[in-house]
Amino acid sequence: MSVLEFDRVTYTYPGASTPALVDVSFAVEPGEFVVVAGMSASGKSSLVRAACGLVPHFHGGEFAGTVCTGGLDTRTHGPDALSRIAGTLFQDPETQIVMGTVRGELAFGLENRGHSAAAIARGVEETALALGIEGLLDRATDELSGGERQRVALGAALAGRPQIVLLDEPTSQLDPVAGDELVWFLRRLNEEWGTAVLLIEHRLERCLAAADRVFAIDGGRLVCDAPPGEFLRWAGAAAPALQTPVARMFSLAGLTTGVTEADDAITAAQDPPTGVKQARERLAAVDLDVLGRISPHIQGKSGPRRKSKGTALSMRGVWHEFPGGGVALRAADLDVDRGELVALMGRNGAGKSTLMRNAAGLDTPTRGKVRTAGRVALLLQNPGDYLLHESVGEEASAQALAQVHLDGLEERHPHDLSGGQRQRLALATVLDTDEELAVICLDEPTRGMDRATKHALAERLVGYAGDGVAVVVATHDAEFAADFAQRVVLLADGRAIADAPIAEVLTGGWYFATEVARVLGGAGGALTPEEGARLIKAQIEVEV
Amino acid sequence: MRYRRRDSPLHAARAGVAALWCATLGISALVIEHPLVIAALGAFVIAAAYGARVGRYVLRVVLFALPFALIWMVLNPFLVRDGLTVFARFGEVPILGYMDLTVEALLYGTRQGLRLLISLTAFGLLTIAVDPDGLLRLFRRLSFRSALSASLATRLVPVLAADSRRMADAARCRADRGGDGRLARLAVVRAVVSGALDRSLDVAATLEVRGYGSARRSRRERMPWSRHDMAFASSAFGVVVLTAAPLIFGFLGFDPYDLDGEAVGVGDLLFIAALGLVILLPFCDRRGIAR
Repeated sequence: MSVLEFDRVTYTYPGASTPALVDVSFAVEPGEFVVVAGMSASGKSSLVRAACGLVPHFHGGEFAGTVCTGGLDTRTHGPDALSRIAGTLFQDPETQIVMGTVRGELAFGLENRGHSAAAIARGVEETALALGIEGLLDRATDELSGGERQRVALGAALAGRPQIVLLDEPTSQLDPVAGDELVWFLRRLNEEWGTAVLLIEHRLERCLAAADRVFAIDGGRLVCDAPPGEFLRWAGAAAPALQTPVARMFSLAGLTTGVTEADDAITAAQDPPTGVKQARERLAAVDLDVLGRISPHIQGKSGPRRKSKGTALSMRGVWHEFPGGGVALRAADLDVDRGELVALMGRNGAGKSTLMRNAAGLDTPTRGKVRTAGRVALLLQNPGDYLLHESVGEEASAQALAQVHLDGLEERHPHDLSGGQRQRLALATVLDTDEELAVICLDEPTRGMDRATKHALAERLVGYAGDGVAVVVATHDAEFAADFAQRVVLLADGRAIADAPIAEVLTGGWYFATEVARVLGGAGGALTPEEGARLIKAQIEVEV
Repeated sequence: MRYRRRDSPLHAARAGVAALWCATLGISALVIEHPLVIAALGAFVIAAAYGARVGRYVLRVVLFALPFALIWMVLNPFLVRDGLTVFARFGEVPILGYMDLTVEALLYGTRQGLRLLISLTAFGLLTIAVDPDGLLRLFRRLSFRSALSASLATRLVPVLAADSRRMADAARCRADRGGDGRLARLAVVRAVVSGALDRSLDVAATLEVRGYGSARRSRRERMPWSRHDMAFASSAFGVVVLTAAPLIFGFLGFDPYDLDGEAVGVGDLLFIAALGLVILLPFCDRRGIAR
């Protein structure tokens, strides 16, 4: 029996004019690992909400077709009954925590299901150990960072050992290390306990290697249901924005159609690689062992550092200590020139957000000096927090709206905008001034964004830098950093541990590296699919 | 101003017992008649808060409630004309009529103000020193739906508080700072309130998928009664007895409008000492209070 079965499901939210799901049919078997891909607002979250019974019981609306979760029809069984079969985790960790302590949070679902005290205690301990959060068990939940909260919420969803886990972008708040760990934990859960996994994720390169199948959703319709390799081949032709960086690199380098005529027969039958290991094997198979063989003179975007146009931001020996005893910054130094594009990276809790808050004057350093050449505009993690009025026109001036291409939407309510539009509007509210702007700081701006929207943001940031404004972006997304940044500052424990041109930092690491850099082993400083493809083509020419 | 597990006997007691004990103090303040005993009870509640290592937080509750108590105390003589001992004569006041302020009315207002102040202080102690998760589990056994509402309310408050903190920060980052001073604060409050429905739906959805609405009652965890459970349960019982005794046996009565023979005697002082002993004795046993 399938653990999750959709049969011709069409669903429209109350008051909506178009359906969120249209004629969706599929079945997930026990032990399968399914990744759900799609652009923003394509219907992925609605799929999860239908699977856990919130649609239609909680949200209402018009529902047609059948969803069976663990054999239970969701029309006759509500989310409470389905919670025994399906563990669910949504996007926003703020609203995922319902108890005061981590231990209480993990125990909550088990208590609701009437488990014995011993079973609850064992379930809590095992889940905490499995997720590496045993040290947090007695912490208050309101003291946790976003990443810690997300892991605790995941633990709460898994504590009852459900038959299937439904996850809506669980890695969006996590640093690369924690994100990779989470995906491999899900794989282990899937392999060792036979738990089926339905995972919504924008950063497909992170999870495709672990997946058995991929669903692509577009306009509420299931447009592709295939194994990862086949999905990537489909994406290359039908939805390039869903391609992984390595698949795109292979496609641009012409490797998916064969290097030579003799290879055509082999490669045509092969799908694009789904992960780093497969990509390396594929390169080796066509005698393109790039590791150490690509000519060192072939350069990627790593070049000599540009001449300074004057310092926009200077932070010297900045400490930020909390009254409770914690320290977020320890003598942090940072200099950013006008027109420079800097990515601030590091693990959760490394001090990225605090550094930016101190730079923008939102927080005051307990020691050290911050100097700026003008105003520092700061866009915090949730763009929706900036929107205080009832219409777009009230939020910012016409000129500021035109700058972010939102002219014509003045009458709309800010909450009716898409995620990307909302972020541009928030940007307009912080930039809407005649004061001289020295720096724009953005804190995790790509959370929940699809690849196309991220690329549009990267282009906008490059545009600001072109106008002489320094841009500093805190991000966990190495692919996005590679798309816009010239320089990476890697923070750990409240201070910079690496500060170098982007190709130097993002090609040398295991975690803080793009997928392309991991495949090519940092050769030629290639970070993006385009740079990787150029490098491979050049190597092919050398070999021919 | 939120619950944190601290090393104190009150925190070490189970949530049900600790809540009952705090509630008993609050109710006693409403039932006891003599203002001196009520004032002493207030001092014992604050001492207990220090015993529970939340003294400074409870003092904030006192400071919050004090203006309300003072308003009651000050307004009562203006609104109530009973009593014979006049301490201020205003004569004929338009609309209000003839106005003499009496000591009796002031005393009555003082007693009511004290009652309000101490009840709120005891409630503050309950909020800060009693585990809300434990209370939630307790309520869940009594009624699922009411516990769902209670949980939604208790969980929504911190979510909205976090929202308002973030939005206030975001408003400071806007080029217009969200408006001028008070206007900016008002805009943030309006935005938080208008988003409250969405947030409550998110929290309720999480509760649903965690099986909170499930009709199955969780098996009651059999926890042996600790020394602190027994101490606070006994203390609550003692407070109930001491509160009820004057009503039953007719001593320590106090009528603000009939002050004849209301002098405080040794017996009254002994009663106050007994009340203090019953309330504070559980805090003397510091064994087994660690987290």
